[in-house]
Amino acid sequence: VKTSPFARGIRESIGAPILVLGASYVGFGSLVRSSELPLVQGLFSTLSAWALPGQVAVVELWAVGAGWLAIATAVWLTNLRLMPMVMALLPGLRRPGVPRWRYWAAAHLIAVTSWVIAMRRTPQMPVEERLPYFFGLALALWGASLTGTAIGFFLAGTVPTEVSLGLVFLNPIYFLLILMPGDLRDRQQIIALTVGAVLGPLFHLASRDWGLLLTGLVAGTIGWLGGRWLEARRG
Amino acid sequence: VGEPEVWLLLIAAAVVTYASRLLGVIFAGRLAATGPLLDWVACVAYALLAGLVARMLLIPIGPLAATTMPERLAGVAAALLVFFLVRRNVLLGVLAGTATLALLA
Repeated sequence: VKTSPFARGIRESIGAPILVLGASYVGFGSLVRSSELPLVQGLFSTLSAWALPGQVAVVELWAVGAGWLAIATAVWLTNLRLMPMVMALLPGLRRPGVPRWRYWAAAHLIAVTSWVIAMRRTPQMPVEERLPYFFGLALALWGASLTGTAIGFFLAGTVPTEVSLGLVFLNPIYFLLILMPGDLRDRQQIIALTVGAVLGPLFHLASRDWGLLLTGLVAGTIGWLGGRWLEARRG
Repeated sequence: VGEPEVWLLLIAAAVVTYASRLLGVIFAGRLAATGPLLDWVACVAYALLAGLVARMLLIPIGPLAATTMPERLAGVAAALLVFFLVRRNVLLGVLAGTATLALLA
């Protein structure tokens, strides 16, 4: 039986992606509760933003009484990474005859987990299967995130502090592991990731607002140039 | 149903978040599916993610800020160790890392 690419996308999400992302959102749901926000607001955030670091920033900055312009700026700068992510993934998913709104919808579903998996898997697929595969994968992850948010909200306060701390730690640890390069021949990517990991914290200390953006531009360009130089040298 | 001020904040956050994605769609329209420019954009995206993850682990905000650097680094080391020992098993790596932090903290 040949399954549809949409179904294969859903199947791809089953296992570590759904469990870990769902659990990360359990952490977010309990953060919503402990910040004394109602469940609908937590669910709205997951539904409408679906980019965990920015969502966490909103709730935490609001809880410490930051001004709303400051919060919006922080979220905007944290989530600006989505722009190059969309730019890097979409051209590969595109094909003639597909209505434009589907790409606008797909863009909303591009977040770290769906992006990393799709960047690795879609280049090996026939072009017509890539977009439905991506929708299957990302919609399943989105659903798990909403479910996780609700579970976390109801569990908040009932789990030991160690567990809730572990749930918050889950997200960066998971991102770290899925970003570990699978193909050592992709030198550009490896250099960009390594230099980015070093510069990220340093530039953040220099500028909380612009550090991340600068990290992307500088480390990305170093990776791109370095990778090209290594390729050229090997001839 | 929550405070109106928070609703406005969440809507503003959603708008600025989708704006980044929308700009990505618009600029992607001019990019070929392969080529050096697309490679550069992908490098920038990977570097941004690596920088973000490193910042989240080394200079955390929120509940993780209450943990110490050695505790978090031990968690990172445990996650990487198990991940590479068990044939790149993400689930076991993540479990090892978070369990280590939870036990130490």
